[in-house]
Amino acid sequence: MLTVTAIAVVRFRRLFTVVMLFGIYSLLSAMIFVVLDAVDVAFTEAAVGAGISTVLMLATLVTTGRHEKPSRRHPLLPLVVVTMTGAGLIWGTFDMPGFGNPEDPVHHHVADRYVSESPKEIGIPNMVTSVLASYRGYDTMGEVIVVFTALMGVLSLIGIRPQKKQPPAPPENRTTSRPRPVLQVMAILLIPFIILFALYVQFHGDYGPGGGFQAGVIFAAAIILYTLNFGLDDAMFLTPPKVVLRLSALGVLIYAGTGVISMLRGGNYLDYNVLSQDPLLGQHLGILVIELGVGITVAAVMIAIFFAFAGRTIKHPV
Amino acid sequence: MISHHLPALQVVVPLLAAPLCFLLGRYRRLGWILSTLVSWLCLLIALQLAYQVVDGGQIHYAFGGWAPPWGIEYRVDQLNALVLLIVSGIAAVMFPYSWNSIQNEVDPEQQPLFFTCMLLCLAGLLGITITGDAFNLFVLLEISSLSTYTLISLGRDRRALTASFQYLIMGTIGATFILIGVGILYMLTGTLNMADLSDRIGNIGESRALQAGFGFLIVGIGLKLAMFPLHLWLPNAYAFAPSVVSAFIAATATKVAVYVMVRYLFTIFGPEFSFSAMNIHWLFIPAGLIAVLFTSIVALFQRDIKRMLAYSSVAQIGYMLVGIGLVSTTGLTAALLHLFNHALMKGALFLSMGAVCYRLGNTLIDNMDGIGRQMPWTMGAFVAGGLSIIGVPLTVGFISKWYLILAALEQGWWPVAVIVLLGSLIAVIYVWRVVEAAYLHQRPDQAKTVKEAPASLLVPTWILVLANFYFGIDASFTVGFTSSAATTLFGAP
Repeated sequence: MLTVTAIAVVRFRRLFTVVMLFGIYSLLSAMIFVVLDAVDVAFTEAAVGAGISTVLMLATLVTTGRHEKPSRRHPLLPLVVVTMTGAGLIWGTFDMPGFGNPEDPVHHHVADRYVSESPKEIGIPNMVTSVLASYRGYDTMGEVIVVFTALMGVLSLIGIRPQKKQPPAPPENRTTSRPRPVLQVMAILLIPFIILFALYVQFHGDYGPGGGFQAGVIFAAAIILYTLNFGLDDAMFLTPPKVVLRLSALGVLIYAGTGVISMLRGGNYLDYNVLSQDPLLGQHLGILVIELGVGITVAAVMIAIFFAFAGRTIKHPV
Repeated sequence: MISHHLPALQVVVPLLAAPLCFLLGRYRRLGWILSTLVSWLCLLIALQLAYQVVDGGQIHYAFGGWAPPWGIEYRVDQLNALVLLIVSGIAAVMFPYSWNSIQNEVDPEQQPLFFTCMLLCLAGLLGITITGDAFNLFVLLEISSLSTYTLISLGRDRRALTASFQYLIMGTIGATFILIGVGILYMLTGTLNMADLSDRIGNIGESRALQAGFGFLIVGIGLKLAMFPLHLWLPNAYAFAPSVVSAFIAATATKVAVYVMVRYLFTIFGPEFSFSAMNIHWLFIPAGLIAVLFTSIVALFQRDIKRMLAYSSVAQIGYMLVGIGLVSTTGLTAALLHLFNHALMKGALFLSMGAVCYRLGNTLIDNMDGIGRQMPWTMGAFVAGGLSIIGVPLTVGFISKWYLILAALEQGWWPVAVIVLLGSLIAVIYVWRVVEAAYLHQRPDQAKTVKEAPASLLVPTWILVLANFYFGIDASFTVGFTSSAATTLFGAP
């Protein structure tokens, strides 16, 4: 099904369909990840791939147009390159260690310790979170900064439309926006639950699948839903872009600052053991704080990027 | 206590400074001062690290206190201490220069973004260099690449956007290839730590998956370092970016990519596998030689001098590939020397062009008639940098070419030496075009008169020019450092 979707993506010229197919593609990959027992990855893929990026691509489509221009270039050279790459990959896979074989090197080097020692060393049941947030916490910090850098890129290219000075007029005084009671009521009913779910994912990442990345995306989804239903000006009044931008930097600072604090307390960078008298408590505290940093940055960046796109397209609720 | 944390601080300081700089927002000058101070601090740290490994030792730093291979490790040896020195040294010169230079080239509103991205880019490049972990390298590569795309797109010319987009596509393909390669390595070994990887790869023996992983890594890194014929993104990117960005990425980004290539070939796969089993030098030497000849000739026909310098950069990368491909300690020494030296000369050349751009608004050769007399210091710097690119004795260019030719003759491959010399001859021509325009042509009457560039642009430029001569006359430090790094790389099992 993945292959069929991918081919469909290439063949269709209607970009709107293509975006929808991308969403399906992400959901399908998320399902594959679930089958492979990688629940955390599946969660992220579903939230980011199928959720946020579809919304962003749709926002882009509003500015650009719905149809792809036919390409004039001859597709032979790219085809040859792609075929060779694919052939290289398949050729390489013949010697791959068997799939799911418990003797594979992947399961027997560093993974052994992650599986057997992490409950003792870090004290939380979700091993994925221990690896991400503690053993390889520095990589995760890098990823957060990648997200932050992406925001820098978007800002440099399109920027956020400046906010109006006075608060937006109450709905009854408006003439331009068409009231859509059903959608708005539905949104009002849904948004609190989405935010609640985001907070649950944020703080429950130690025990079940989830964590800052997913929570941030879900939180941003709530704000985006609000924007779509009540207009950009209302949303910007609710979460002013200035504050959002500051928050995106703040999240990075929280994460990186945690590392500095552990340095000041005599440990290595991002060593949570020294954050508290009891190393396990320190690990808990450290992971909680950095996940918070991740959540803040991711949510803020997603909202800011959406504002940047929407500022170009959505003048009023569509 | 603080000295123990130096390897982490090397990267964490600019990483922390970037969001701070963003928060400073419209206090642009404050953001600039902060980033300048940070770049100097980075240079101090790099100097200290280099001093600690000068006698061949290694520094380890475990993030989160987790011993490698479970946690992420930073590992400094002579090879990356040298690259750290280049990157932070160039940054320490570029950041003071940037303030005046971007006033004409970047919108005031976007200047805070500019400094934030410069800091992110610096942190990313330093991180790629210092890390001892294959996946961490990929993460930092993403940081530096994304910030570079942003920096390029900040150029005023509309074509900067296309250039940046082109680079984004090529760079992302490169990064994906690297990721696939790292994934295959992880599948085969179960580890991501470089030292650990190299131990375990030795035990795998013949494996097609390993060879496929090797191929993906080479192509991916090759895209990043603009290995001929994967260089097509580079000329536009360098030509349309703001001057100081061109100077910074020309002097550092491709150098770091070359370093990554060396690191993978020698430390992770080991010279045995890379050269005896995969015969990678049969790819590097032809690619390098064609790059030297072909792109040097293309450089002759450029009207925009920044673009000309960009093509010349691809040619210089060709020399480095040839040096690696000669598979000898001398050849590798030459490649590493050229890595250091080329950063100095291209930095000086691009900075002098930045000063020209500051006064003229562009760097087209047609507009440069007769400016040699009006901007003597600026054009003097260009001529000095040009001499260095050509490889005139007493400049750094001579030292690296000398070692390269020596290495080629040592292997008995005299045609290689001939082509290296030919490349230098072509360089004479393209540098001469500029000299002729600037000094021998009369300034047209209707052209506006230009003044010398301000000192804030000239001083950094001349620091690099003087470094060109200093390391050209007394090469004992660079040659000592690089040859000992090269010996270690070949000595490692």
